Amino acid sequence: MDHPILIVGAGQAGWQVAESLRQEGYSGPLLLIGEEAFIPYNRPPLSKKWMIDRPDPASLAIRGPDALRRRQIDLQLNTRVVAIDARAREVVLADGARLPYAGLALCTGVRLRELPVPGAQLRGVFGLRTIHDAQQIGDYLDRCAARNDRVVVIGGGFIGLEVAATATKRGLKVTVLEGLGRLMSRVVAPIVSEAAARVHADHGVELVFNAQITEISGVDAEVRAVRTADGIEYPAGCVIVGIGVHPEDRLAAAAGLDCDRGIIVDGFSRTSDPHIVAAGDCTARRRPDGSLLRLESVHNAIEQGKSAASALLGREREFTATPWFWSDQYDMKLQMVGLSHGYDQVITRGDVDKPAFSAFYYRQGRLIAVDSLSRIQDHMAARKLLDNKLSPTVEQAADVNFELPSLLRG
Amino acid sequence: MPQVVFIEPDGRRVAVQAKDGQSAMRAAVDQGVAGIEAECGGQCLCATCHCYVAGPWQEKLPPPSADEQVMLENVVAPRLPGSRLSCQIVLNPSLDGLTLTVPPRQS
Repeated sequence: MDHPILIVGAGQAGWQVAESLRQEGYSGPLLLIGEEAFIPYNRPPLSKKWMIDRPDPASLAIRGPDALRRRQIDLQLNTRVVAIDARAREVVLADGARLPYAGLALCTGVRLRELPVPGAQLRGVFGLRTIHDAQQIGDYLDRCAARNDRVVVIGGGFIGLEVAATATKRGLKVTVLEGLGRLMSRVVAPIVSEAAARVHADHGVELVFNAQITEISGVDAEVRAVRTADGIEYPAGCVIVGIGVHPEDRLAAAAGLDCDRGIIVDGFSRTSDPHIVAAGDCTARRRPDGSLLRLESVHNAIEQGKSAASALLGREREFTATPWFWSDQYDMKLQMVGLSHGYDQVITRGDVDKPAFSAFYYRQGRLIAVDSLSRIQDHMAARKLLDNKLSPTVEQAADVNFELPSLLRG
Repeated sequence: MPQVVFIEPDGRRVAVQAKDGQSAMRAAVDQGVAGIEAECGGQCLCATCHCYVAGPWQEKLPPPSADEQVMLENVVAPRLPGSRLSCQIVLNPSLDGLTLTVPPRQS
């Protein structure tokens, strides 16, 4: 093969496609193209302690430069792909260069949803996706500490709450403005939201629900406050907006690939173009029942990356593992496995008040998902149970003395 | 600058110069040691940086935390007396020469 396999997007999924291609025996040229200045890196630490200490970004690398050289994976950073010519099988770079490909993997990730209110562009208002974002937010948190300014987080989802916990641990006073009636409402049951809310309140975080943001105001183009529809002003030396993302499917859509809020792929990470695969946050996976599934997670990026590499080599490796996710807030480890959407029963296991418990989600009597707060033994057992399509009875789930792994030996 | 020796699943020995305070996992992924997947990036969440600590080194390491114990119960390769998660091994000069064997499977 003369032309290389190109991977557009040097994040978790892009790295995995490259790694898996080599593991599967592909020995031809392989080029990973990234917009940022950094070798593929782990994003989850950005919202946590990393933001405070801001050590060398090399400490975040998924693999070091030597590892890429050892695998003969070429890396072209600071490079924007502006178009895909699917008919000619070329990608077009911002400088006009055209790179031909034998196979193409799109791992373009997401872009942040922006807050559509006046003042969202003021200095001191940030979204969080990249090392650069985390460095800037960290600098502003230092300033807030020096000036005794409050921090306002807009959005009570994973990212917002992780930043709230990090800023609190940094010694700052934090307000979280959530648009809906409870935290992480898109993903977890009310009992989990309530437990998380208690943990944040116990750490001194001010939680405001059903907050409709109308304006961010500033002085000299720098943020000073966030105003809500009820007329309340929340003073802020720094604002972090975490209100979700858009899958980055514009390149694919412009090239004529099927997209619907994400690049549509099948269970083997194949797109509607036979020479193009896609993996990670940018995808929408068509399930056997025809519905589309969007997942934003490290695990999804890795598993889709593996199947995308196989697909580029003409092999079929279906993604069947149960999705899992995690979030760290203070000392609370929130781990989720499965998709709880459509549950009709929730069983709790453990100490809800502490909190150290798991929520077992059932639909029509079968286990579909488990959220665990500082109960990693439940989470690990649940991953295996769900992977093996095993369902404990509700009595077994509720009984902390019942050994869930015993069902696997059954 | 402790040196760590990784024995990859195919038997190859890779000697890595690590920095003090680095985890063994970080030293491994920087060099691309085969078989250390480290999906969660060192959060003690995924059990894909499992390795076997060679006999004499086992008692030189602080014992695994409660969280690491749970994860070790869930490794894919057989759990042996020397099983540890390499992300939880913090390197220091007294660990110079530490030898870690990478199992054939992590996930």
